Amino acid sequence: MCTYNTVRAPVDGSAKGPGSWIRVVDATVYFDHPVHAMAAHTLNIDLTDASGDPSARLAVELTAASARRLVAAIQDALDSVPAGLTD
Amino acid sequence: MDQIEVDDKVMSDSMRTQTIRTGGHDGTEIEAYLARPDGPEPRGGVVVIHHMPGYDRATKEIVRRFAELGYDAICPNLYFREAPGAAPDDAAAVARARGGVPDERLVGDVGGAAAYLRSLSSSNGKVGVIGYCSGGRQSVLAACSLDLDAAVDCYGAFVTGTPPDGMPIRTNLVDKLPQLRCPLLGLFGNEDSYPSPNQVDELEEILRRHAKTYEFHRYDDAGHAFFAVDRPTYRVAAANEGWDRIATFYRKYLEG
Repeated sequence: MCTYNTVRAPVDGSAKGPGSWIRVVDATVYFDHPVHAMAAHTLNIDLTDASGDPSARLAVELTAASARRLVAAIQDALDSVPAGLTD
Repeated sequence: MDQIEVDDKVMSDSMRTQTIRTGGHDGTEIEAYLARPDGPEPRGGVVVIHHMPGYDRATKEIVRRFAELGYDAICPNLYFREAPGAAPDDAAAVARARGGVPDERLVGDVGGAAAYLRSLSSSNGKVGVIGYCSGGRQSVLAACSLDLDAAVDCYGAFVTGTPPDGMPIRTNLVDKLPQLRCPLLGLFGNEDSYPSPNQVDELEEILRRHAKTYEFHRYDDAGHAFFAVDRPTYRVAAANEGWDRIATFYRKYLEG
């Protein structure tokens, strides 16, 4: 099924695709059919810049299990450094 | 020019394809992919509604298949407003981030595509619609809202059934089904959860109660998206038989 659900979050940083780096300002996160990954549904993240150019996008499609591992890894990485660095 | 046989019908596999502009909802001009069999013979038309991942290669292959079956076929780019000229996956991402395609706009865009098909010199005046996944629901929506001659719903979720809490899509199409204006072919996988077999039962019961013309086929060992040849959900037996059902259904309602 198409889930239709979409979660958005403002982000601040950079992302690199095959061509070059872009400054990303928005994350769109949803669990739905992928374009490329070999799974019926994946956790998809689109990181986009402020230009509005549809091609200025870094996209990932992860299986649910691997997305959960990524979430945990991100949390572990943030927790493993002195709090002052991540404030 | 080669000739091929589809059941007892002999047709040409020569066709022409092009990207065109058609009128969409509110008169907005949008992009569409058109495939037409060569030759002047009168024929029906088919509007193909692309799935949520976009106006992509797989969908355009479906459009060409309908031309090979002898129909003028068109797929409006439902994301053209958000991302004209963008790659299909990028356009789908932009459209999703902006909230997706409202039902009212979908109906207008399909209506514009159907009007375009009927304006062709080869048109016999009959137009069908087909959609897969989210497009399956949209195909039923269009058939409840527009003067079409045949509709195909391939595993569209939330025609019946209640969308889970938190989903942007708030309502099913149960209230609209009494207005269904044309015969409906439904193709479903028994391993699908959305729509589930119970939801398909509910749809069938509503259609029966309102004396609608419909034909449903359900496939074991098939779940959602069993027609999608580029996805792991592809099920060749269900897809092959499904294509035969579609060809027979459209031959019955779109020809003559």
